[in-house]
Amino acid sequence: MTVALFVPCYIDQLYPDVAIATLELLERLGVDVAYPDGQTCCGQPMANTGCETDTAPVARRLVDLFADFEAVVCPSGSCVSMVRNHYAAYFDPEDAKFQHVTSKTYELCEYLHDVVGVTHLDVKFPHRVSLHQSCHGLRELRLGQSSESMTPRENKVRKLLNLVEGIEWVEPDRPDDCCGFGGTFAVNEADVSAEMGRARIADHCGKGSEVLASADMSCLMHLQGLIRREKNPIQVMHVAQILSGRPLGAA
Amino acid sequence: MLPIVQHPAAAKEFVNDPNRSRWHDQALWFVRSKRDKQAASLPEWEYLRETASGIKTHTIANLSHYLQQFERNATARGAVVHWARDAEHHNEIVLRILRDHKTKRIVKSKSMLTEECGLNHYLEDNGIDVVDTDLGERIVQLRGETPSHIVLPAIHIKKEEVGDTFHKHLGTDEGASDPKYLAEAARGHLRDKFLAGEIGITGVNFAIAETGGLVVCTNEGNADLGTSLPRVHIACMGIEKLLPRQRDLGVFTRLLARSATGQPITSYTSHFNGPRDENSELHIVLVDNGRSRLRESETFRAAMHCIRCGACMNTCPVYRRSGGHSYRATVPGPIGSVLSPTRDQNSYKSLPYACSLCGSCSDVCPVKIPLHHQLLAWRGELVGKKLLPVSKRLSMRCASYLFRFPALFRLVGRVGRFALRVLPRWATHNRLNVWTIARELPEPPKESFHQWHRRHRNH
Repeated sequence: MTVALFVPCYIDQLYPDVAIATLELLERLGVDVAYPDGQTCCGQPMANTGCETDTAPVARRLVDLFADFEAVVCPSGSCVSMVRNHYAAYFDPEDAKFQHVTSKTYELCEYLHDVVGVTHLDVKFPHRVSLHQSCHGLRELRLGQSSESMTPRENKVRKLLNLVEGIEWVEPDRPDDCCGFGGTFAVNEADVSAEMGRARIADHCGKGSEVLASADMSCLMHLQGLIRREKNPIQVMHVAQILSGRPLGAA
Repeated sequence: MLPIVQHPAAAKEFVNDPNRSRWHDQALWFVRSKRDKQAASLPEWEYLRETASGIKTHTIANLSHYLQQFERNATARGAVVHWARDAEHHNEIVLRILRDHKTKRIVKSKSMLTEECGLNHYLEDNGIDVVDTDLGERIVQLRGETPSHIVLPAIHIKKEEVGDTFHKHLGTDEGASDPKYLAEAARGHLRDKFLAGEIGITGVNFAIAETGGLVVCTNEGNADLGTSLPRVHIACMGIEKLLPRQRDLGVFTRLLARSATGQPITSYTSHFNGPRDENSELHIVLVDNGRSRLRESETFRAAMHCIRCGACMNTCPVYRRSGGHSYRATVPGPIGSVLSPTRDQNSYKSLPYACSLCGSCSDVCPVKIPLHHQLLAWRGELVGKKLLPVSKRLSMRCASYLFRFPALFRLVGRVGRFALRVLPRWATHNRLNVWTIARELPEPPKESFHQWHRRHRNH
């Protein structure tokens, strides 16, 4: 089966290595990956602003683009949640293409864990790592158990990273407090957003983490912006980069 | 008309004072952590949430039936039931009862409904001496402020500031901030007020339709004292506080205190079943104040499940940093941002955007209100009503256009990345680019993934 690689707009333009790492990782695991031409955005910025009429044509494009693939894989929990949990507002529920794409779009770690069933990765990352669990991955895709929820769930991201040799886990005090990115929230509520991000960084740094890893590059873009401004002794990396064997500092 | 609340501006001073916002954040996170421990101690926690949500859905769907049943049963027990269509009506009813009893002094336990209705000011304007007997509310009242949290009304105030307030109003030692000393001073001060109070007003946590009884939960016992000494008790409640049966109550008392403060149960869970004797009176004021309108909305109806535990505030990373007053409403935080625009969309249009959509509120809510989905839904409603600023509306229209034409998207991306590389820092990192006020921009790569893919995968 052929799987389509869905590269979010900001990863395409600003963090291409995250997409390259995702592609290489999937290829190495024997997945037949195609990268359909003409991709742009899932429509989340417009949807989260409430601009539904601006979202609809963008969502339509994405569904048409991916409808012929057996599955769609994307290295961003937030964009996948948009397609899976929020596209219903823009389509006829009977629309077969919509039904197919919304149910067959996977976040990368979820795909590796649930579909590929990865049990072995021949990579090393001998560093102190802490996990930033993105809210949409955690609470909308349920890639793990949120700290509020008492329903036990495996943490798929952590389970995959545990296949990497040499990771020394560092645990922040708050396992899943929001980093404050939130898309347009980061500029609408810039002061609160920055303060939320600084608190996350201080928590991770304070525990001695060298690498703040996340399955969502958008959170990391915001955190990296703060880290570089404040010259904090920590780096960010996307989980795909670590899983594909990139050295420290690839993002 | 209400003034327009701009949450980012209203929050600015609080969030940019790290001594205050970080301390506030820590204090609330501590409460949230206590809640987690209590929730984890019950294996049936998620089952309780599900059950509570089901009971509330049923009750709200059959609200008129249960309200009438409640009125019948409460009346049969000797209570007097009043119906108030809005805040003003509620205040008039309360004042009329006070005037009927020629009362000048009332003691009041914590009630967010009376805050919502602005009862204190109304009564004071009519010559009534109102004393809030909840310690937090009393602190806020002495300072001439409003509560910043529905369960912890004075959570934004530091103990040193409480010391100053008490020094000024209660004559405590100057500079004294020992919590025990201050609490003792408040106790002495309030004891006199309790003895002088002629009528006691309380809020209501739950009202039981099948019994006509009321339940009030407090930690200080002030509702009990405030209703045991005076002969007349006025209980004010929103119509959503109803539960069908006595046996439903246990589900909610198990959830309420655990969610609110991380206690297994509040120190006092007081049941009022009619007036306490033939010489006493119990008045129950049932208040609508927009609730029936909220009930008509399929999207926002579940907000009526709210039991006012405040857990969504404690967990909200935006609330924790911006403080309750930045919401300019009696109920702040996530649930407040859902409820306030139902009152006035234009005034409160910035509140649904004061949210990163992290979803923590939805997971913490003991009655499973899908809060972050409702906040997102509000944004759609506001845009539909043209209440989003034109600049934002326009930028989204442009983004939508850009994302419909991949060649244009790639071109704009390429030009943007090139510009970021060659432009001097001052041209990209300045006050006009809000992103860069606190953060650096990403370092622009030479090629996009699309370009890389063309070169390496021959498509």
